[in-house]
Amino acid sequence: MLIRVTDAPLDPAEAIAAVANPAAGAIDVFLGVVRNENLGRSVDHLVYEAYPSMAEREMAAIAQEACSRFGVIDCAILHRTGRLAIGETSLVAAVSSGHRAEAFAACRWIVDELKRRVPIWKKEVWSNGEAWIEGPEALNAPAPAPPR
Amino acid sequence: MGQVTVLLFAGVAERLGTRRLVVDVAPGDRVRDVRDRLTAAHPQLEPFLPSLRYAVDEEYADEDTPVPPGATLALIPPVSGG
Repeated sequence: MLIRVTDAPLDPAEAIAAVANPAAGAIDVFLGVVRNENLGRSVDHLVYEAYPSMAEREMAAIAQEACSRFGVIDCAILHRTGRLAIGETSLVAAVSSGHRAEAFAACRWIVDELKRRVPIWKKEVWSNGEAWIEGPEALNAPAPAPPR
Repeated sequence: MGQVTVLLFAGVAERLGTRRLVVDVAPGDRVRDVRDRLTAAHPQLEPFLPSLRYAVDEEYADEDTPVPPGATLALIPPVSGG
């Protein structure tokens, strides 16, 4: 189980190698990458900040739970911090399993769960300002505005 | 009387101009006691309170969780990793 929060660039090949296993018939990999717009605003770059020790604990707990919940063989979760340019990789999740269905399901669940509870934050920086983003999927996300 | 370390992140850290505070605690103090004392000393915290979560020694905690001397209390705004 490879778990890491780091300010160094992420290498998907490292995550794939970490979960490789002779019993695996599938390895599913998810990359989160920095997009050039959000909610209609043009994004110049992102800055990620973490509570690194707790983030790694939560990521390890998520990986362990994914293994037992979906019966997969191994998981790797890597998250980057610091300043990231458009197109750079902020998150790598890799899952190995006997067959593809469990790997797809576990990988999706890992990313969803990470967005709910791993203490990492992103700041969007635009040409004319910046803001810390409160993730809509966070457990303590502010309630969405009521429909009008 | 003892002390606890309070960790601040993201917008909360920026608003208060620091990432780390040291706060006095009395025996039996819980998360809400420390939070209330912090808010009294740093009223800029007020707007963040409705959406904050808490962690004591790197485990998510609620307002009733004890914060013993020497513990680390983290104020966790809504996360946005990924």
